Amino acid sequence: MTEMIATRDAYGKTLVRLGEIDKDVVVLDADLSKSTKTHDFAKKFPERFFQMGISEQDMMGTAAGLATCGKIPFASTFAIFASGRAWEQIRNTICYSNLNVKIVATHAGISVGADGSSHQCIEDISLMRTIANMTVIVPCDAVETGKAVMTAAAMKGPVYIRLGRAKVPIILNEDEDFEIGKGKVLIDGSDATIIACGIMVEKALEAAQKLRVRGGTNCRVINISTIKPIDEQLIIKAARETRAIVTAEEHMSKGGLGSAVAEVIVENEPVPMRMIAIKDRFGESGDPGELFREFGLTEDDIIKAVEEVVKK
Amino acid sequence: MFGLEEQMSIEKLQVKATEIRRDIIAMLGEAGSGHPGGSLSAADIVTALYFSVLNIDHKNPRREDRDRFVLSKGHAAPLLYSALAERGYFPKDELMSLRKFGSRLQGHPKIGSPPGVEISSGSLGQGLSVANGMAMAGKLDGKDYRVYALLGDGEIEEGQIWEAAMTAAHYKLDNLCAILDFNGLQIDGPIVEVMNSNPIREKWTAFRWNTMEIDGHNFEEILRAFEEAKKIKGKPTIIIAHTIKGKGVSFMENVVDFHGKAPTKEQTRQALEELS
Ligand SMILES: Cc1ncc(C[n+]2csc(CCOP(=O)(O)OP(=O)(O)O)c2C)c(N)n1
Ligand SMILES: [Mg+2]
Repeated sequence: MTEMIATRDAYGKTLVRLGEIDKDVVVLDADLSKSTKTHDFAKKFPERFFQMGISEQDMMGTAAGLATCGKIPFASTFAIFASGRAWEQIRNTICYSNLNVKIVATHAGISVGADGSSHQCIEDISLMRTIANMTVIVPCDAVETGKAVMTAAAMKGPVYIRLGRAKVPIILNEDEDFEIGKGKVLIDGSDATIIACGIMVEKALEAAQKLRVRGGTNCRVINISTIKPIDEQLIIKAARETRAIVTAEEHMSKGGLGSAVAEVIVENEPVPMRMIAIKDRFGESGDPGELFREFGLTEDDIIKAVEEVVKK
Repeated sequence: MFGLEEQMSIEKLQVKATEIRRDIIAMLGEAGSGHPGGSLSAADIVTALYFSVLNIDHKNPRREDRDRFVLSKGHAAPLLYSALAERGYFPKDELMSLRKFGSRLQGHPKIGSPPGVEISSGSLGQGLSVANGMAMAGKLDGKDYRVYALLGDGEIEEGQIWEAAMTAAHYKLDNLCAILDFNGLQIDGPIVEVMNSNPIREKWTAFRWNTMEIDGHNFEEILRAFEEAKKIKGKPTIIIAHTIKGKGVSFMENVVDFHGKAPTKEQTRQALEELS
């Protein structure tokens, strides 16, 4: 069995490491520090941790002010409150000013489970990637989360990192390099390409393996962890060489990874495409396994989509 | 103290404020759009800040220990640009490019454009949070700069203002001083009719701020308030400045419509005559 670690846990640990290395790192949270795991940083560096109370808009503005004075603020809360409640603060104060604020949002997607739709953010990729100057990263596991957080801290400008609540398997090796804006081919193949992000990367890998074992279809699997700026070259190459694309994400089909990939393909190398994503509805309470089945986000759904595009 | 070579006398401040009012009218007349009312109402306060209070250095606009000024009511951009130009941050000629394509003087403030603009604003309700962040950074770094934020009385209807008010008190930001441009008007009419937010002073007191109330067109009172605010420890200060919207131009004073309407050519001429 592969090791299971929630990306938010990796975030908490990485923040502490970052806090030791860089004295300019400060952290803000809106009364969810135990869930977002910024709590670890708060215990270690209380003077550099700002509890903001339940006021996400104020938190984003405060982070902006800190950034103008050379601090590297990490602002965390649940994805729905970060990207939804405070969208305009992020747009007008942080991104228009191109400030060095890192927004790390946890509890994205329906894998939040029992809390239900109010807490399951399935719109944040779309909301964040439409803002100029913003970089959007969706790590697929704990290893990639650690690297994304360190890399985000090292670059200048606003970054949104999307993390989950649930434990997810470790997919990547610690020694692989991580570069913002670069996707990665995890399995090579020539019949179709599955492009996934976040929790769906593991399902994409499983789907590709099953298709291979059944014989016939050799899928390429790409992990696109930076949704913006997206790795256009890798996507165009995949479209050119495999002539069929399926995207997979734990997000609404409108405006998410699938849309971002489609934007690249339509202008450069149109090929048949399917999107595995949530179709214009809200989430529900339930355990993540049940919900992924109900919302069509399983490896079998990916397999079906691959078979459809390959046939076209 | 750095920046200004000599403290300006009250008489000189009054002259400077009139120059700034003239700039505002000329800029808006040339631009053909923009916000005269709230630029003129805060002109004396901002003149006092830029020519007497703020420790700033136009030769080194990003100097780390400078005082910060946040124009939270970003529609008063002409006032900010004029103060910066008069203070030597950029050539005064450039003022006439306000709101034009390719100009650094955007319709609402954009950070660093021109140098001296500390943060982008224009969407109301957000500047006090930013000022808090600047004040927190100052405390964290052991720096003794101060942070000033200018708010509109309509603007404080925004919920985020009150989130930020709690934050400033919670973190005891005594290096922060907000100024409320209490001109009694917003876009759709008088504050009391649009959204009666009274009692305003009591609200800030209840939010654990040090509060003062002054005549926002009286330089003695303005300067004294800023001095007193520096002495208050353990809490932020808000100076509630009673002002007249459109102050200085007879046909603009207390006229709701001049919130966001530029003067015509004839009105520009007339206003400049009144302000000579
Ligand atoms: C969030 C937001 N909502 C609406 C506006 C449009 N707007 C611009 S100025 C203004 C009225 C502001 O009134 P006040 O704060 O009293 O400003 P002043 O009287 O000083 O000009 C409004 C509603 C805005 N800029 N931002
Ligand atoms: Mg007003």
